[in-house]
Amino acid sequence: MSIDIRDLHARIDDQEIIKGLNLTLPKGEVHAIMGPNGSGKSTLAKVLSGHEDYEVTNGSVSMDGEDLLELEADERSRAGLFLAFQYPHEIPGVSNANFIRAALQARLPEGEELDAVGFYKELYAAMDALEMDRKFTGRAVNEGFSGGEKKRNEILQMAMLKPVYAILDETDSGLDIDALRIVSKGVNAMRSQDRGILVITHYQRLLDYIVPDHVHVMKDGKIIRSGDKNLALELEERGYDWLSEESAA
Amino acid sequence: MGVIVEAENKSSSILEEAPAWDASEFPDWYREMQESAWEAARALPLPRAKNEPWRFANLKQVAAVGDYVAAPPVDEETARELVARSRMLDTSEHRGKLVFANETLVHDERPDEDGGLICASLAEAVTTHGQRLQEYFMTQEATLGSEKFALLHKSRTRSGLFLYVPAGMELTLPIEVYHYVAGHCASIFPHTLIVTGENAKVTVVDYYQSASEDEAGLSCGVVDLVAGQGSQIRYVACQNLSTRSANIHISSTLASADADVKSLQLQLGSAWSRTESVSHLSGKGANSDMLSVAVPAAGQEVDQRTLQHHAEAHTTSDLLYKNALSDRSRSVFAGLIMVDEGAHYTDAYQTCRNLLLSDDAEANAMPGLEINADQVKCSHGSTSGPITDEEIFYFKARGIPAETAKQLITFGFTAEVLAKLEQPAIEALLSRLVEAKFEKLA
Repeated sequence: MSIDIRDLHARIDDQEIIKGLNLTLPKGEVHAIMGPNGSGKSTLAKVLSGHEDYEVTNGSVSMDGEDLLELEADERSRAGLFLAFQYPHEIPGVSNANFIRAALQARLPEGEELDAVGFYKELYAAMDALEMDRKFTGRAVNEGFSGGEKKRNEILQMAMLKPVYAILDETDSGLDIDALRIVSKGVNAMRSQDRGILVITHYQRLLDYIVPDHVHVMKDGKIIRSGDKNLALELEERGYDWLSEESAA
Repeated sequence: MGVIVEAENKSSSILEEAPAWDASEFPDWYREMQESAWEAARALPLPRAKNEPWRFANLKQVAAVGDYVAAPPVDEETARELVARSRMLDTSEHRGKLVFANETLVHDERPDEDGGLICASLAEAVTTHGQRLQEYFMTQEATLGSEKFALLHKSRTRSGLFLYVPAGMELTLPIEVYHYVAGHCASIFPHTLIVTGENAKVTVVDYYQSASEDEAGLSCGVVDLVAGQGSQIRYVACQNLSTRSANIHISSTLASADADVKSLQLQLGSAWSRTESVSHLSGKGANSDMLSVAVPAAGQEVDQRTLQHHAEAHTTSDLLYKNALSDRSRSVFAGLIMVDEGAHYTDAYQTCRNLLLSDDAEANAMPGLEINADQVKCSHGSTSGPITDEEIFYFKARGIPAETAKQLITFGFTAEVLAKLEQPAIEALLSRLVEAKFEKLA
């Protein structure tokens, strides 16, 4: 059981960003994608989660055998895919609790109501684990949140929605070391045999906290190198340039 | 039939025919005041397009004010039916309830006038509290364009609330006042005057409604809030007239030192609604929050003019107007922050946001600043735009379908303003009314 990406090509407007990408993310594993700015990492996250600005021109993506590209973004989410945003959106006037409730409600069959008591119990437990103050339940989604609070809120949503596959897009950006530790703890708590996690990051630092099973290097819309966690350390030391030289050679 | 009504209207138009004052109803001072207001109203022309305060205004709607006639008395059955309908807040959630049908008091439930409290219908106050009333009655002149309509109101008003809360008294639960207009082309002139003594606290909600959704009525209301030192006023105007109706609402806040006023306009009904709201901050530490939510649809128009006038140093005001526009609806917002010479350390904010839910909706915003003091913090801004694809994507990425996302975003857009009133029972009520309107649209 896995997400399988085969020869994926995607573009925005007339610009091709993903240029023949192959990747398999099995359940039970944590994979990291690293790469320089502009390599297409965030685009990959958006394409996988179904952002309408991006057009897939070739290739396939399946999730546990199901054709992901046939599904709308909301259907992909309900099928078990989660994207933790690099820049989470602010939604004035919609409380955090109501937002998460709406997301859970959308997963229930028509006519069935979410159990409010059970919901809050679970929400508070998840917030405690992420060291989030209870006041965040009543506050508008991400509005006036610090960078770290927004990222923590993404992981809270992930904890509540319990996806089968999660993509974390630059979750470490804008985090100080304490927030990084807490967020990583939250992600690590969700590591499981029944879940695949794809961590997209620019820096090796995050991978000290969320130790990946596999590391992939992305450049110019493709995976150009895969390895174990030591690859990340090597990248930290040598930068990205040696890889392109090698692949060119 | 329509032709006959029109012909009748022309002859007895409220702009043409003098009000029928009943000498036995009111004391001389009041009648004389109304007579001179009528003469003054007659002398003023109707607003024209070239008048700055009427820029972008729909002048056809302005001219149509002349189609309305004096409201006939309502029969007993209608009155009973209207009283039965007047159930916005639960009995446990209000301190009093007055219901006016075509300016006649048909339900009267209010706190006892102990300890210097005056809580009276305007008609009663004119007779029994004349002296106190005269001190405050329409002392704030309309300055944002509706001078003629304010005078018209002054010449005709005989309904509404006069509330005088003496120093130190706190009325924690709101007083509700319902103003119904009944009959085709009928007009009402509801008045609200709230005066608070030092450190007093009070909350009042006005509802402007039509007896029938099929009738076109006019409500031409004036509201004056006079907040004494350290006092607190919470005021809500909830306008849900029939969608064929017209609404003119002229309100002023006068905030003394350390007074704190929050006022909110909720615009749901009427074909055309013109609101003019002024806050005068006249004492150190005075604050006025001016809030508004409008959800026009079909061809509805809201026309909003505001002034935040800082006359004294160390005063604050915060204006937040939000319009969620559907279909071919239209909004006009013109706001000015004016900081007088010497009003240093003023904090004044003005924000108008328009959410365009349809390609055919139109929003016009004209924010303005005039600062004549130093050390002030002022900002003004307006935004207009549709719900963005990025916003919807965030919801969809959580499994929430696009339609539900739009509803939540739109509702959240308005909820943010309602929450600022910090009155949970009223907030819940107004949320329900907004939700009901959105449901009708969906």
